[in-house]
Amino acid sequence: MIGLEHYLTVAAALFIIGIFGLFLNRKNVIIILMSIELMLLAVNINLVAFSAFLGDLTGQIFTMFVLTVAAAEAAIGLAILVCFFRNRGTIAVEDVSNMKG
Amino acid sequence: MSAADFSVLLPETILAVFAMGALLTAVYTRKDEMAQMLVWSSAAILLLIAMWIGLAPHDNRSAFGGMFIDDAYSRFAKVMILLSTAAVLVMSQDYMRRRGLLRFEYPVLIILASVGMMVMVSAGDLMVIYMGLELQSLSLYVVAALRRDSVKSTEAGLKYFVLGALSSGMLLYGASLTYGYAGTTRFDGIVSTLGADNLPLGLLFGLVFLAAGLAFKISAAPFHMWTPDVYEGSPTAITAFFATAPKVAAILLFGRLLHGAFGGAVADWQQILAFLSVISMFLGAIAAIGQRNIKRLMAYSSIAHMGYALMGLAAGSAAGVQAMLIYMAIYVTMNIGTFAFIMSMERNGQPVTDIASLNLYARQDPLRALAMLVLMFSLAGVPPLVGFFGKLYVLTAAMQAGLVWLAIAGVVASVIGAFYYLRVVYYMYFGEEGEALDTPRESLLSLFVLASAAAMVFGVFNLFGIEAPAAVAAATLVP
Repeated sequence: MIGLEHYLTVAAALFIIGIFGLFLNRKNVIIILMSIELMLLAVNINLVAFSAFLGDLTGQIFTMFVLTVAAAEAAIGLAILVCFFRNRGTIAVEDVSNMKG
Repeated sequence: MSAADFSVLLPETILAVFAMGALLTAVYTRKDEMAQMLVWSSAAILLLIAMWIGLAPHDNRSAFGGMFIDDAYSRFAKVMILLSTAAVLVMSQDYMRRRGLLRFEYPVLIILASVGMMVMVSAGDLMVIYMGLELQSLSLYVVAALRRDSVKSTEAGLKYFVLGALSSGMLLYGASLTYGYAGTTRFDGIVSTLGADNLPLGLLFGLVFLAAGLAFKISAAPFHMWTPDVYEGSPTAITAFFATAPKVAAILLFGRLLHGAFGGAVADWQQILAFLSVISMFLGAIAAIGQRNIKRLMAYSSIAHMGYALMGLAAGSAAGVQAMLIYMAIYVTMNIGTFAFIMSMERNGQPVTDIASLNLYARQDPLRALAMLVLMFSLAGVPPLVGFFGKLYVLTAAMQAGLVWLAIAGVVASVIGAFYYLRVVYYMYFGEEGEALDTPRESLLSLFVLASAAAMVFGVFNLFGIEAPAAVAAATLVP
């Protein structure tokens, strides 16, 4: 029988993979965007699992909001990335380093 | 959902409709020629709504079943947010125009960000927090990258976006755990599930993630990494905005969340906040010493100041919240003046941000140098000035709450921090002969610098009477 804790474990694992993908990735900014998406989807699994377990719709409504905002966030992120690429000619993570200190 | 609910939301609705209307009109008509008019009308409407919220008699109301709260606390916050946004818009208008950045998107995005901030400080539900925070953050990511032909500005936007999205993710994860273990997303529902004993583990995890997400937004150490880069890369007018209204909104949201939703578990979050506070104060004080760029210096300065504001929250009492509100009001006033000064620093028409360029500025322009001296002393918290009283309030609140070690750490950090503020003053008065800055072309920026410095001097009599409204606001949050 699959219970709440299984869903929570999957969500926690996905969330941690997302965070690690964000920090350990040395290659490409697109991978960072994917990691962010993974974190938000892990949260959605959490919310839907809790919602089903509690028999309360709020969690699923929250999920709808998160999905919508995640789409807007990805659009803005990609737009900024395109601007950056036009100026810098690269989207490698190690090249996002004009300012330091 | 009824007309009564919408009447509570009327100020936000007016601003949002204004922003969307302005966007449509600007797109369908002459585009960027409208921008200047739009900046002035945006500042005017922000000012009007601030006056309406601040002066009209209100009682505490809530809408949509408690999801949106309109009380003295949120009104205090909204007046601060709207006034500082209007001030930054007016200040930035000439700076942006001369650098070809005055596009019509700029006032529209700033207004949308301020709508997001107004929603944040009125939030009574985890969902509302998230929606308000994202409306604010998404607008801010775009304005950070507003100079889209500059590597620095787009890099600032990219960094802000990546770390901002990470913090939103953490906040959301915390919100989902809180929802799961409390069974509701409403603040009053969450607070009623808390027992007298310690927090259940699930809620504690939720609280920690929520706190980490919000610590990113207020740039408290150890979640501060984005701040210096974003401050340096963004156009100075945008940096001035980042340093004022969003900080106010985020820390007041923090206070609302902690007292509104976790009010029964002060002992649990007190240690988290005390930790964030002490790390921020010391990191802000020490890391700023090596900075040569005045915008990066102000970034570390804002990290340190957020540490002091968090100290007020860490006290966990009504006096602490009152101290935090007063501190933020003073901080915003000082920062508006300081950034007005930084915006007017240029040589041959090009903006300079190097501290060494202020060499012997006092000989060139004694009045403005004196104003900057007052502002720097006030930021450092030197006694006769208003900045000192802000620190005094939070330190007293921390002492009363029994956090004596935190108060002592705050005093030590402020002594260390005084060094780099005084160095700016040193360069202005005793520096070496060097290439001079241009004489400032506009009187408007000078007016803001002088007015802010004057407020730091003349506010010592009664702090312009903000004590009483701050006390009322704190009392509605912490009964």
